[in-house]
Amino acid sequence: MNCHLCEVWCAVAHSKSKDIIKAFLYEEQKPLPRLIVEESRPESFALQCKHCDEPDCMFACISGALYKDKEGRVLHDESKCVVCYSCIMACPYGAIKINPFTGKILKCDLCVDLGFPPCVEKCPNNALEYVEVEIGAEES
Amino acid sequence: MRYDYVIIGNSAGGVGCIEAIRELDEASSVAIIAAEKYHAYSRALIPYYLDGKIELDKIYYRPPDFYEKMDVDAYLGVKAVGIDVSSREVLLENGGRIGFGKLLIATGGRPFIPPIEGLSGQKNVFTFLKLDDAIGVKEAIKSAGSAIVLGGGIIGLMVAEVLRRKSIEVTVVELADRVLAPVVDATTSNLVQEKFAENGVKIILQNTITKVVGEGEVEKVILKDGSELPTDLLILAVGVRPNTEVVRDTPIKVNRGIVVNKYMETSVEGIYACGDCAEIYDFVFGANRVLPLWPTAYVGGRVAGFNMCGRRREYTYATSMNAMHFFDLYIVSAGLNVPNDSDEFEILCTLDERRRIYRKFALKDGQIAGFILAGRVDRAGILLKLMKEGVNVSEFKDRLLKEDFGYADLPEEIRWELLGDKVKLGVVYEYEHGYEHGHGRAACEGRCEGHEA
Repeated sequence: MNCHLCEVWCAVAHSKSKDIIKAFLYEEQKPLPRLIVEESRPESFALQCKHCDEPDCMFACISGALYKDKEGRVLHDESKCVVCYSCIMACPYGAIKINPFTGKILKCDLCVDLGFPPCVEKCPNNALEYVEVEIGAEES
Repeated sequence: MRYDYVIIGNSAGGVGCIEAIRELDEASSVAIIAAEKYHAYSRALIPYYLDGKIELDKIYYRPPDFYEKMDVDAYLGVKAVGIDVSSREVLLENGGRIGFGKLLIATGGRPFIPPIEGLSGQKNVFTFLKLDDAIGVKEAIKSAGSAIVLGGGIIGLMVAEVLRRKSIEVTVVELADRVLAPVVDATTSNLVQEKFAENGVKIILQNTITKVVGEGEVEKVILKDGSELPTDLLILAVGVRPNTEVVRDTPIKVNRGIVVNKYMETSVEGIYACGDCAEIYDFVFGANRVLPLWPTAYVGGRVAGFNMCGRRREYTYATSMNAMHFFDLYIVSAGLNVPNDSDEFEILCTLDERRRIYRKFALKDGQIAGFILAGRVDRAGILLKLMKEGVNVSEFKDRLLKEDFGYADLPEEIRWELLGDKVKLGVVYEYEHGYEHGHGRAACEGRCEGHEA
Protein backbone atom coordinates (compact mmCIF):
# COMPACT_ATOMS: atom_id res chain seq x y z
CA MET A 1 0.00 0.00 0.00
CA ASN A 2 2.97 2.27 0.61
CA CYS A 3 1.05 4.17 3.31
CA HIS A 4 4.11 4.68 5.55
CA LEU A 5 1.85 4.41 8.60
CA CYS A 6 4.37 2.15 10.31
CA GLU A 7 6.86 5.00 10.04
CA VAL A 8 4.36 7.48 11.41
CA TRP A 9 3.50 5.30 14.42
CA CYS A 10 7.11 4.41 15.02
CA ALA A 11 7.94 8.11 15.16
CA VAL A 12 5.09 8.69 17.59
CA ALA A 13 6.16 5.78 19.76
CA HIS A 14 9.62 7.33 20.09
CA SER A 15 8.38 10.88 20.65
CA LYS A 16 8.22 12.60 24.00
CA SER A 17 4.44 12.85 24.28
CA LYS A 18 3.59 9.60 22.44
CA ASP A 19 0.63 11.53 21.10
CA ILE A 20 0.38 11.78 17.34
CA ILE A 21 -0.91 15.36 17.21
CA LYS A 22 1.36 16.75 19.90
CA ALA A 23 4.38 14.90 18.58
CA PHE A 24 4.16 16.22 15.04
CA LEU A 25 2.85 19.71 15.81
CA TYR A 26 4.47 20.84 19.00
CA GLU A 27 7.55 18.84 19.84
CA GLU A 28 10.83 20.62 19.40
CA GLN A 29 12.48 17.54 17.95
CA LYS A 30 10.73 16.34 14.87
CA PRO A 31 9.58 12.80 15.57
CA LEU A 32 11.47 10.34 13.39
CA PRO A 33 10.84 6.71 12.56
CA ARG A 34 13.38 3.99 13.25
CA LEU A 35 12.30 1.76 10.42
CA ILE A 36 12.48 2.37 6.72
CA VAL A 37 9.84 1.91 4.07
CA GLU A 38 11.62 1.19 0.83
CA GLU A 39 9.83 1.77 -2.42
CA SER A 40 10.36 0.01 -5.70
CA ARG A 41 7.10 0.71 -7.49
CA PRO A 42 4.70 -0.99 -7.52
CA GLU A 43 6.21 -2.75 -4.53
CA SER A 44 7.03 -1.24 -1.17
CA PHE A 45 8.23 -2.91 1.98
CA ALA A 46 9.12 -2.06 5.57
CA LEU A 47 12.64 -2.81 6.68
CA GLN A 48 13.56 -2.82 10.33
CA CYS A 49 16.31 -4.10 12.58
CA LYS A 50 16.33 -7.90 12.62
CA HIS A 51 17.81 -8.10 16.09
CA CYS A 52 20.28 -10.59 14.65
CA ASP A 53 21.55 -13.53 16.61
CA GLU A 54 25.02 -12.34 15.73
CA PRO A 55 24.69 -8.60 15.29
CA ASP A 56 27.45 -7.12 13.14
CA CYS A 57 26.52 -3.65 14.46
CA MET A 58 27.24 -4.75 18.02
CA PHE A 59 30.48 -6.46 17.02
CA ALA A 60 31.63 -3.26 15.30
CA CYS A 61 30.53 -0.88 18.08
CA ILE A 62 33.66 0.68 19.59
CA SER A 63 32.01 1.97 22.76
CA GLY A 64 29.80 -0.89 23.94
CA ALA A 65 26.72 1.29 23.30
CA LEU A 66 25.09 -1.48 21.28
CA TYR A 67 24.29 -4.52 23.35
CA LYS A 68 21.97 -7.48 23.46
CA ASP A 69 19.50 -7.84 26.30
CA LYS A 70 18.45 -11.12 27.87
CA GLU A 71 15.52 -11.50 25.51
CA GLY A 72 17.82 -11.16 22.53
CA ARG A 73 16.91 -7.63 21.54
CA VAL A 74 19.76 -5.52 20.20
CA LEU A 75 19.52 -2.19 22.01
CA HIS A 76 21.36 1.11 21.88
CA ASP A 77 22.54 3.01 24.96
CA GLU A 78 22.69 6.56 23.69
CA SER A 79 24.69 7.76 26.69
CA LYS A 80 27.60 5.54 25.62
CA CYS A 81 27.41 6.31 21.90
CA VAL A 82 30.15 8.52 20.43
CA VAL A 83 28.48 8.70 16.99
CA CYS A 84 31.35 7.03 15.10
CA TYR A 85 28.98 5.26 12.67
CA SER A 86 30.79 1.93 12.85
CA CYS A 87 27.32 0.38 13.15
CA ILE A 88 26.20 2.16 9.97
CA MET A 89 29.20 0.60 8.24
CA ALA A 90 28.44 -2.85 9.64
CA CYS A 91 24.67 -3.38 9.48
CA PRO A 92 24.01 -5.52 6.40
CA TYR A 93 20.38 -4.37 6.23
CA GLY A 94 21.01 -0.65 6.46
CA ALA A 95 18.53 -0.79 9.31
CA ILE A 96 20.26 1.74 11.55
CA LYS A 97 19.33 5.26 10.57
CA ILE A 98 21.06 8.60 11.07
CA ASN A 99 18.99 11.38 12.59
CA PRO A 100 19.32 14.12 9.95
CA PHE A 101 18.99 16.86 12.58
CA THR A 102 21.27 15.64 15.34
CA GLY A 103 23.49 13.11 13.56
CA LYS A 104 22.72 10.58 16.31
CA ILE A 105 21.67 7.09 15.38
CA LEU A 106 18.12 5.77 15.35
CA LYS A 107 17.53 2.11 15.90
CA CYS A 108 14.50 -0.11 16.40
CA ASP A 109 14.13 -1.12 20.05
CA LEU A 110 11.01 -3.24 19.46
CA CYS A 111 9.23 -0.74 21.70
CA VAL A 112 10.30 -2.54 24.86
CA ASP A 113 8.55 0.06 27.00
CA LEU A 114 5.26 -0.21 25.16
CA GLY A 115 5.09 -3.97 25.21
CA PHE A 116 3.96 -4.32 21.61
CA PRO A 117 5.36 -2.58 18.53
CA PRO A 118 2.90 0.01 17.12
CA CYS A 119 4.31 -0.46 13.60
CA VAL A 120 2.69 -3.90 13.66
CA GLU A 121 -0.40 -2.92 15.60
CA LYS A 122 -1.31 -0.01 13.35
CA CYS A 123 -0.55 -1.58 9.97
CA PRO A 124 -3.91 -1.34 8.15
CA ASN A 125 -3.07 -4.13 5.74
CA ASN A 126 -1.72 -6.62 8.31
CA ALA A 127 1.49 -6.62 6.33
CA LEU A 128 3.55 -6.57 9.50
CA GLU A 129 3.66 -9.40 11.98
CA TYR A 130 5.24 -9.71 15.40
CA VAL A 131 6.71 -13.17 15.88
CA GLU A 132 8.48 -14.62 18.85
CA VAL A 133 11.36 -16.89 18.03
CA GLU A 134 13.32 -19.03 20.40
CA ILE A 135 16.92 -18.01 20.93
CA GLY A 136 19.19 -20.03 18.67
CA ALA A 137 16.14 -22.01 17.54
CA GLU A 138 17.91 -23.82 14.73
CA GLU A 139 21.01 -24.73 16.61
CA SER A 140 20.99 -28.24 17.96
CA MET B 1 47.24 -22.13 38.25
CA ARG B 2 45.87 -23.85 35.22
CA TYR B 3 42.78 -22.82 33.28
CA ASP B 4 40.84 -24.42 30.47
CA TYR B 5 41.01 -21.19 28.48
CA VAL B 6 43.52 -18.38 28.80
CA ILE B 7 43.44 -15.09 26.92
CA ILE B 8 46.33 -12.65 26.69
CA GLY B 9 45.01 -9.16 26.00
CA ASN B 10 42.10 -7.25 27.40
CA SER B 11 40.54 -5.43 24.46
CA ALA B 12 38.07 -6.17 21.66
CA GLY B 13 39.53 -9.58 20.76
CA GLY B 14 39.74 -10.79 24.34
CA VAL B 15 36.20 -9.66 25.15
CA GLY B 16 34.85 -11.19 21.93
CA CYS B 17 36.48 -14.50 22.85
CA ILE B 18 35.13 -14.50 26.41
CA GLU B 19 31.60 -13.71 25.27
CA ALA B 20 31.73 -16.53 22.72
CA ILE B 21 33.11 -19.04 25.23
CA ARG B 22 30.43 -18.20 27.77
CA GLU B 23 27.68 -18.57 25.19
CA LEU B 24 28.69 -22.19 24.78
CA ASP B 25 30.34 -23.17 28.02
CA GLU B 26 29.48 -21.81 31.44
CA ALA B 27 31.48 -24.31 33.44
CA SER B 28 35.05 -24.21 32.16
CA SER B 29 37.67 -22.04 33.84
CA VAL B 30 38.76 -18.90 32.00
CA ALA B 31 41.49 -16.38 32.75
CA ILE B 32 42.52 -13.15 31.09
CA ILE B 33 46.01 -11.65 31.39
CA ALA B 34 46.71 -8.04 30.46
CA ALA B 35 49.74 -5.80 30.79
CA GLU B 36 47.60 -2.72 31.41
CA LYS B 37 46.01 -2.33 34.81
CA TYR B 38 42.67 -1.07 33.50
CA HIS B 39 39.39 -2.90 33.14
CA ALA B 40 38.53 -3.66 29.49
CA TYR B 41 38.42 -0.27 27.82
CA SER B 42 38.09 0.80 24.22
CA ARG B 43 41.28 2.09 22.65
CA ALA B 44 39.17 3.46 19.84
CA LEU B 45 37.60 5.86 22.33
CA ILE B 46 40.73 7.57 23.56
CA PRO B 47 40.46 10.49 21.09
CA TYR B 48 36.90 11.04 22.38
CA TYR B 49 38.18 11.00 25.94
CA LEU B 50 40.90 13.52 25.10
CA ASP B 51 38.23 15.65 23.47
CA GLY B 52 36.08 15.59 26.60
CA LYS B 53 33.18 14.03 24.68
CA ILE B 54 33.24 11.19 27.19
CA GLU B 55 34.43 10.94 30.76
CA LEU B 56 36.74 8.23 31.96
CA ASP B 57 33.87 6.01 33.17
CA LYS B 58 32.48 5.81 29.63
CA ILE B 59 35.72 4.59 28.13
CA TYR B 60 35.09 1.11 29.50
CA TYR B 61 33.92 -1.27 26.86
CA ARG B 62 31.97 -3.51 29.19
CA PRO B 63 30.35 -2.92 32.60
CA PRO B 64 32.64 -2.94 35.66
CA ASP B 65 31.36 -6.33 36.83
CA PHE B 66 31.94 -7.93 33.41
CA TYR B 67 34.64 -10.38 34.52
CA GLU B 68 32.72 -11.33 37.63
CA LYS B 69 29.56 -11.98 35.68
CA MET B 70 31.48 -13.94 33.07
CA ASP B 71 33.24 -15.90 35.83
CA VAL B 72 36.67 -14.99 34.51
CA ASP B 73 39.83 -14.56 36.59
CA ALA B 74 41.37 -11.29 35.47
CA TYR B 75 45.12 -10.79 35.88
CA LEU B 76 45.34 -7.09 35.10
CA GLY B 77 48.61 -5.19 35.20
CA VAL B 78 50.40 -8.50 34.76
CA LYS B 79 52.55 -8.73 31.66
CA ALA B 80 52.86 -11.99 29.76
CA VAL B 81 56.40 -12.28 28.44
CA GLY B 82 56.48 -15.70 26.86
CA ILE B 83 54.72 -18.96 26.10
CA ASP B 84 55.97 -22.44 26.84
CA VAL B 85 54.19 -24.44 24.16
CA SER B 86 55.30 -27.84 25.46
CA SER B 87 54.16 -27.41 29.07
CA ARG B 88 51.32 -25.20 27.80
CA GLU B 89 51.98 -22.29 30.11
CA VAL B 90 52.07 -18.52 29.78
CA LEU B 91 55.18 -17.03 31.38
CA LEU B 92 54.65 -13.84 33.34
CA GLU B 93 57.04 -10.96 33.88
CA ASN B 94 56.71 -11.42 37.65
CA GLY B 95 58.07 -14.95 37.29
CA GLY B 96 54.71 -16.68 37.60
CA ARG B 97 53.22 -19.16 35.19
CA ILE B 98 49.64 -19.71 34.14
CA GLY B 99 48.76 -23.00 32.48
CA PHE B 100 46.21 -23.29 29.71
CA GLY B 101 44.21 -25.86 27.80
CA LYS B 102 43.56 -23.49 24.92
CA LEU B 103 45.13 -20.07 24.49
CA LEU B 104 44.17 -16.89 22.64
CA ILE B 105 46.84 -14.29 21.93
CA ALA B 106 45.18 -10.89 21.53
CA THR B 107 48.05 -8.62 22.44
CA GLY B 108 47.18 -5.89 19.93
CA GLY B 109 49.65 -3.47 18.47
CA ARG B 110 52.44 -1.26 19.63
CA PRO B 111 53.16 2.17 18.25
CA PHE B 112 55.99 2.42 15.77
CA ILE B 113 58.60 4.93 16.91
CA PRO B 114 60.50 6.33 13.95
CA PRO B 115 64.23 6.92 14.27
CA ILE B 116 64.45 10.61 15.14
CA GLU B 117 67.61 12.17 16.54
CA GLY B 118 67.30 13.53 20.07
CA LEU B 119 63.98 11.85 20.81
CA SER B 120 64.81 9.76 23.83
CA GLY B 121 64.05 11.11 27.28
CA GLN B 122 61.89 14.01 26.09
CA LYS B 123 58.91 14.57 28.36
CA ASN B 124 56.51 16.23 25.95
CA VAL B 125 56.57 13.45 23.36
CA PHE B 126 53.63 11.06 23.23
CA THR B 127 52.36 8.15 21.22
CA PHE B 128 48.59 7.72 21.11
CA LEU B 129 47.44 4.16 21.56
CA LYS B 130 46.81 3.46 25.22
CA LEU B 131 44.70 5.09 27.86
CA ASP B 132 47.82 6.21 29.72
CA ASP B 133 48.92 8.04 26.56
CA ALA B 134 45.62 9.90 26.45
CA ILE B 135 45.82 10.76 30.15
CA GLY B 136 49.35 12.07 29.58
CA VAL B 137 48.36 14.17 26.58
CA LYS B 138 45.31 15.50 28.41
CA GLU B 139 47.56 16.78 31.19
CA ALA B 140 50.15 18.16 28.78
CA ILE B 141 47.71 20.19 26.69
CA LYS B 142 46.68 22.24 29.72
CA SER B 143 49.81 24.30 29.24
CA ALA B 144 50.47 23.78 25.52
CA GLY B 145 49.85 26.45 22.89
CA SER B 146 51.17 24.51 19.93
CA ALA B 147 51.52 20.88 18.88
CA ILE B 148 53.01 18.86 16.06
CA VAL B 149 51.46 15.56 15.04
CA LEU B 150 53.76 13.28 13.09
CA GLY B 151 51.64 11.07 10.85
CA GLY B 152 48.53 11.87 8.80
CA GLY B 153 46.73 8.58 9.32
CA ILE B 154 43.42 8.09 11.09
CA ILE B 155 44.82 8.33 14.62
CA GLY B 156 47.08 11.30 13.85
CA LEU B 157 44.26 13.23 12.22
CA MET B 158 41.81 12.44 15.02
CA VAL B 159 44.30 13.75 17.60
CA ALA B 160 45.03 16.82 15.46
CA GLU B 161 41.32 17.62 15.28
CA VAL B 162 40.88 17.31 19.05
CA LEU B 163 43.92 19.47 19.79
CA ARG B 164 42.69 22.10 17.35
CA ARG B 165 39.35 22.18 19.11
CA LYS B 166 41.26 22.90 22.30
CA SER B 167 42.54 26.07 20.58
CA ILE B 168 46.01 24.66 20.10
CA GLU B 169 47.99 25.58 16.99
CA VAL B 170 48.39 22.22 15.28
CA THR B 171 50.68 21.13 12.47
CA VAL B 172 50.44 17.65 10.95
CA VAL B 173 53.57 16.32 9.24
CA GLU B 174 53.01 13.47 6.78
CA LEU B 175 55.57 11.66 4.65
CA ALA B 176 53.21 10.76 1.79
CA ASP B 177 51.90 13.27 -0.72
CA ARG B 178 48.45 13.21 0.94
CA VAL B 179 46.82 12.25 4.24
CA LEU B 180 45.16 8.85 4.80
CA ALA B 181 46.93 7.53 1.71
CA PRO B 182 46.64 3.82 2.56
CA VAL B 183 42.96 4.05 3.53
CA VAL B 184 41.23 6.27 0.95
CA ASP B 185 41.78 7.61 -2.58
CA ALA B 186 43.19 11.01 -3.57
CA THR B 187 39.76 12.64 -3.97
CA THR B 188 38.81 11.72 -0.41
CA SER B 189 42.20 12.79 0.96
CA ASN B 190 41.58 16.12 -0.69
CA LEU B 191 38.20 16.53 0.99
CA VAL B 192 39.83 15.75 4.34
CA GLN B 193 42.72 18.14 3.77
CA GLU B 194 40.29 20.93 2.85
CA LYS B 195 38.37 20.27 6.04
CA PHE B 196 41.51 20.55 8.16
CA ALA B 197 42.68 23.68 6.34
CA GLU B 198 39.31 25.36 6.92
CA ASN B 199 39.59 24.59 10.59
CA GLY B 200 43.04 26.07 10.86
CA VAL B 201 45.16 22.92 11.02
CA LYS B 202 48.33 23.14 8.98
CA ILE B 203 49.27 19.98 7.07
CA ILE B 204 52.80 19.58 5.75
CA LEU B 205 53.13 16.79 3.17
CA GLN B 206 56.09 14.88 1.74
CA ASN B 207 58.13 15.73 4.75
CA THR B 208 59.12 14.23 8.08
CA ILE B 209 60.91 15.02 11.31
CA THR B 210 64.60 14.15 11.32
CA LYS B 211 65.63 15.75 14.60
CA VAL B 212 64.17 17.23 17.74
CA VAL B 213 65.88 19.92 19.80
CA GLY B 214 65.42 20.54 23.52
CA GLU B 215 66.75 19.58 26.94
CA GLY B 216 64.26 17.20 28.55
CA GLU B 217 61.47 18.80 26.58
CA VAL B 218 61.23 19.22 22.83
CA GLU B 219 61.34 22.92 21.93
CA LYS B 220 61.50 22.62 18.17
CA VAL B 221 61.63 19.99 15.45
CA ILE B 222 63.77 19.97 12.34
CA LEU B 223 62.20 18.61 9.18
CA LYS B 224 63.74 16.68 6.31
CA ASP B 225 63.76 19.79 4.14
CA GLY B 226 65.74 21.66 6.79
CA SER B 227 62.91 23.87 8.04
CA GLU B 228 62.36 24.30 11.77
CA LEU B 229 59.11 24.37 13.72
CA PRO B 230 58.82 25.35 17.38
CA THR B 231 56.37 23.27 19.43
CA ASP B 232 55.12 22.64 22.95
CA LEU B 233 54.06 19.08 22.25
CA LEU B 234 54.97 16.29 19.84
CA ILE B 235 52.60 13.40 19.08
CA LEU B 236 53.96 10.40 17.20
CA ALA B 237 51.23 8.68 15.19
CA VAL B 238 53.08 7.06 12.33
CA GLY B 239 51.51 3.68 12.70
CA VAL B 240 51.01 0.59 14.76
CA ARG B 241 52.91 -2.67 14.44
CA PRO B 242 51.66 -6.08 15.57
CA ASN B 243 52.71 -6.73 19.15
CA THR B 244 54.12 -10.23 18.78
CA GLU B 245 56.75 -10.11 21.52
CA VAL B 246 55.06 -12.80 23.59
CA VAL B 247 55.54 -15.49 20.91
CA ARG B 248 59.26 -14.83 20.47
CA ASP B 249 61.31 -18.02 20.86
CA THR B 250 58.26 -20.19 20.28
CA PRO B 251 57.43 -22.28 17.20
CA ILE B 252 54.38 -20.09 16.59
CA LYS B 253 54.72 -18.77 13.06
CA VAL B 254 54.99 -15.02 12.65
CA ASN B 255 55.10 -13.17 9.37
CA ARG B 256 54.26 -9.49 9.81
CA GLY B 257 51.76 -10.59 12.44
CA ILE B 258 51.03 -13.94 14.04
CA VAL B 259 49.80 -16.11 11.18
CA VAL B 260 46.38 -17.68 11.69
CA ASN B 261 44.10 -19.85 9.58
CA LYS B 262 40.38 -19.31 9.08
CA TYR B 263 39.70 -20.88 12.46
CA MET B 264 41.96 -18.18 13.96
CA GLU B 265 44.38 -20.91 15.03
CA THR B 266 48.13 -20.32 14.86
CA SER B 267 50.66 -22.83 13.57
CA VAL B 268 50.58 -24.47 17.02
CA GLU B 269 47.48 -26.49 17.79
CA GLY B 270 45.22 -25.10 20.46
CA ILE B 271 46.84 -21.67 20.36
CA TYR B 272 44.83 -18.95 18.65
CA ALA B 273 45.43 -15.30 17.79
CA CYS B 274 43.28 -12.37 16.69
CA GLY B 275 43.22 -8.61 16.33
CA ASP B 276 46.07 -6.23 15.68
CA CYS B 277 48.76 -8.79 16.55
CA ALA B 278 47.54 -11.31 13.97
CA GLU B 279 47.65 -11.72 10.24
CA ILE B 280 44.34 -12.87 8.88
CA TYR B 281 42.87 -13.83 5.51
CA ASP B 282 41.39 -10.82 3.71
CA PHE B 283 38.76 -12.17 1.30
CA VAL B 284 38.99 -9.18 -1.06
CA PHE B 285 42.75 -8.90 -0.99
CA GLY B 286 42.97 -12.66 -1.47
CA ALA B 287 45.80 -13.22 1.00
CA ASN B 288 46.70 -12.92 4.64
CA ARG B 289 47.42 -9.47 6.01
CA VAL B 290 47.36 -7.49 9.24
CA LEU B 291 43.95 -5.83 9.62
CA PRO B 292 44.19 -3.66 12.73
CA LEU B 293 40.48 -2.90 13.00
CA TRP B 294 38.11 -2.97 15.93
CA PRO B 295 35.34 -5.13 14.36
CA THR B 296 37.91 -7.56 12.98
CA ALA B 297 39.47 -7.98 16.40
CA TYR B 298 36.11 -8.62 18.05
CA VAL B 299 34.85 -11.08 15.44
CA GLY B 300 38.27 -12.76 15.28
CA GLY B 301 38.13 -13.26 19.05
CA ARG B 302 34.61 -14.55 18.78
CA VAL B 303 35.45 -17.06 16.06
CA ALA B 304 38.51 -18.16 18.06
CA GLY B 305 36.30 -18.58 21.15
CA PHE B 306 33.90 -20.86 19.30
CA ASN B 307 36.72 -23.00 17.93
CA MET B 308 38.41 -23.17 21.33
CA CYS B 309 35.17 -24.65 22.66
CA GLY B 310 35.17 -27.22 19.88
CA ARG B 311 32.52 -25.62 17.70
CA ARG B 312 33.94 -25.25 14.20
CA ARG B 313 33.61 -21.76 12.85
CA GLU B 314 35.49 -19.90 10.13
CA TYR B 315 36.20 -16.22 9.77
CA THR B 316 35.90 -15.81 6.04
CA TYR B 317 34.71 -12.27 5.59
CA ALA B 318 37.47 -10.14 7.05
CA THR B 319 38.62 -7.22 5.00
CA SER B 320 39.70 -3.63 5.49
CA MET B 321 36.88 -1.37 6.72
CA ASN B 322 36.93 2.00 8.37
CA ALA B 323 34.31 4.39 9.69
CA MET B 324 35.96 7.75 10.37
CA HIS B 325 35.07 11.36 10.86
CA PHE B 326 37.04 14.58 10.83
CA PHE B 327 35.20 17.68 12.00
CA ASP B 328 31.80 17.23 10.31
CA LEU B 329 33.03 15.07 7.45
CA TYR B 330 32.07 11.42 7.79
CA ILE B 331 33.75 8.70 5.75
CA VAL B 332 33.26 4.96 5.38
CA SER B 333 35.67 2.93 3.29
CA ALA B 334 35.99 -0.81 2.80
CA GLY B 335 37.82 -3.38 0.73
CA LEU B 336 40.62 -2.40 -1.61
CA ASN B 337 41.71 1.22 -1.91
CA VAL B 338 41.94 1.63 -5.68
CA PRO B 339 43.12 4.79 -7.50
CA ASN B 340 40.68 6.36 -9.94
CA ASP B 341 42.96 5.82 -12.93
CA SER B 342 43.21 2.07 -12.36
CA ASP B 343 43.20 -0.11 -15.49
CA GLU B 344 42.58 -3.24 -13.52
CA PHE B 345 39.29 -2.17 -11.96
CA GLU B 346 36.15 -0.57 -13.27
CA ILE B 347 35.73 2.70 -11.37
CA LEU B 348 32.36 4.29 -10.70
CA CYS B 349 32.32 7.58 -8.83
CA THR B 350 30.42 10.76 -8.30
CA LEU B 351 31.51 13.89 -6.47
CA ASP B 352 29.20 16.69 -5.44
CA GLU B 353 31.79 19.36 -4.80
CA ARG B 354 29.44 21.89 -3.30
CA ARG B 355 27.97 19.50 -0.72
CA ARG B 356 31.18 17.51 -0.47
CA ILE B 357 29.50 14.22 -1.03
CA TYR B 358 31.52 11.51 -2.71
CA ARG B 359 30.71 7.92 -3.64
CA LYS B 360 33.22 5.68 -5.31
CA PHE B 361 33.21 2.01 -6.22
CA ALA B 362 35.92 -0.21 -7.62
CA LEU B 363 34.51 -3.22 -9.42
CA LYS B 364 36.27 -6.36 -10.55
CA ASP B 365 34.44 -8.94 -12.65
CA GLY B 366 31.21 -7.18 -11.74
CA GLN B 367 31.81 -7.53 -7.99
CA ILE B 368 32.54 -4.71 -5.57
CA ALA B 369 36.22 -4.88 -4.58
CA GLY B 370 36.22 -1.62 -2.65
CA PHE B 371 34.16 1.46 -1.96
CA ILE B 372 34.38 4.87 -0.33
CA LEU B 373 31.54 7.04 0.88
CA ALA B 374 32.31 10.55 2.11
CA GLY B 375 29.92 13.22 3.31
CA ARG B 376 26.97 10.86 3.45
CA VAL B 377 27.48 7.37 4.75
CA ASP B 378 23.88 6.27 5.29
CA ARG B 379 23.29 2.52 4.97
CA ALA B 380 26.92 1.82 4.06
CA GLY B 381 26.53 -1.69 5.49
CA ILE B 382 24.39 -2.75 2.55
CA LEU B 383 27.38 -2.11 0.28
CA LEU B 384 29.63 -4.10 2.58
CA LYS B 385 27.09 -6.90 2.42
CA LEU B 386 27.11 -6.84 -1.41
CA MET B 387 30.88 -7.04 -1.26
CA LYS B 388 30.93 -9.91 1.23
CA GLU B 389 28.41 -11.92 -0.75
CA GLY B 390 30.25 -11.30 -4.01
CA VAL B 391 27.04 -10.12 -5.67
CA ASN B 392 27.43 -9.28 -9.35
CA VAL B 393 26.31 -5.66 -9.43
CA SER B 394 26.68 -5.08 -13.20
CA GLU B 395 22.96 -5.00 -13.78
CA PHE B 396 22.32 -2.15 -11.33
CA LYS B 397 25.77 -0.59 -10.92
CA ASP B 398 24.69 2.97 -11.78
CA ARG B 399 22.28 2.87 -8.87
CA LEU B 400 25.17 2.36 -6.43
CA LEU B 401 25.94 6.04 -6.93
CA LYS B 402 22.55 7.11 -5.57
CA GLU B 403 22.92 8.75 -2.17
CA ASP B 404 19.88 6.89 -0.88
CA PHE B 405 20.83 3.52 -2.35
CA GLY B 406 18.88 0.76 -0.63
CA TYR B 407 17.35 -2.67 -1.02
CA ALA B 408 14.69 -1.21 -3.32
CA ASP B 409 17.46 -0.57 -5.86
CA LEU B 410 18.37 -4.24 -6.08
CA PRO B 411 16.76 -6.60 -8.57
CA GLU B 412 14.06 -8.54 -6.78
CA GLU B 413 15.76 -11.96 -6.69
CA ILE B 414 18.97 -10.54 -5.26
CA ARG B 415 17.06 -8.42 -2.77
CA TRP B 416 15.18 -11.29 -1.15
CA GLU B 417 18.17 -13.55 -1.27
CA LEU B 418 20.24 -11.01 0.66
CA LEU B 419 17.51 -10.20 3.10
CA GLY B 420 17.28 -13.91 3.71
CA ASP B 421 14.44 -16.33 4.25
CA LYS B 422 14.26 -15.08 7.78
CA VAL B 423 13.03 -11.68 6.71
CA LYS B 424 9.70 -12.45 5.28
CA LEU B 425 8.25 -9.24 4.01
CA GLY B 426 7.09 -7.16 6.92
CA VAL B 427 7.73 -9.61 9.73
CA VAL B 428 9.07 -8.03 12.89
CA TYR B 429 10.96 -10.62 14.81
CA GLU B 430 11.24 -10.35 18.50
CA TYR B 431 14.14 -12.68 18.18
CA GLU B 432 15.37 -14.61 15.29
CA HIS B 433 18.12 -16.96 14.41
CA GLY B 434 20.34 -14.96 12.16
CA TYR B 435 22.84 -17.39 10.68
CA GLU B 436 22.67 -16.91 6.98
CA HIS B 437 23.84 -19.30 4.40
CA GLY B 438 24.98 -16.64 2.02
CA HIS B 439 26.47 -17.19 -1.35
CA GLY B 440 29.65 -16.26 -3.15
CA ARG B 441 32.93 -15.37 -1.59
CA ALA B 442 31.82 -14.98 1.98
CA ALA B 443 29.73 -18.14 1.77
CA CYS B 444 28.10 -18.83 5.10
CA GLU B 445 30.22 -16.11 6.64
CA GLY B 446 31.89 -18.77 8.70
CA ARG B 447 28.87 -19.11 10.90
CA CYS B 448 27.68 -22.42 9.67
CA GLU B 449 28.53 -25.28 11.95
CA GLY B 450 30.39 -28.06 10.23
CA HIS B 451 31.30 -25.93 7.27
CA GLU B 452 34.54 -27.09 5.72
CA ALA B 453 36.90 -24.90 3.73
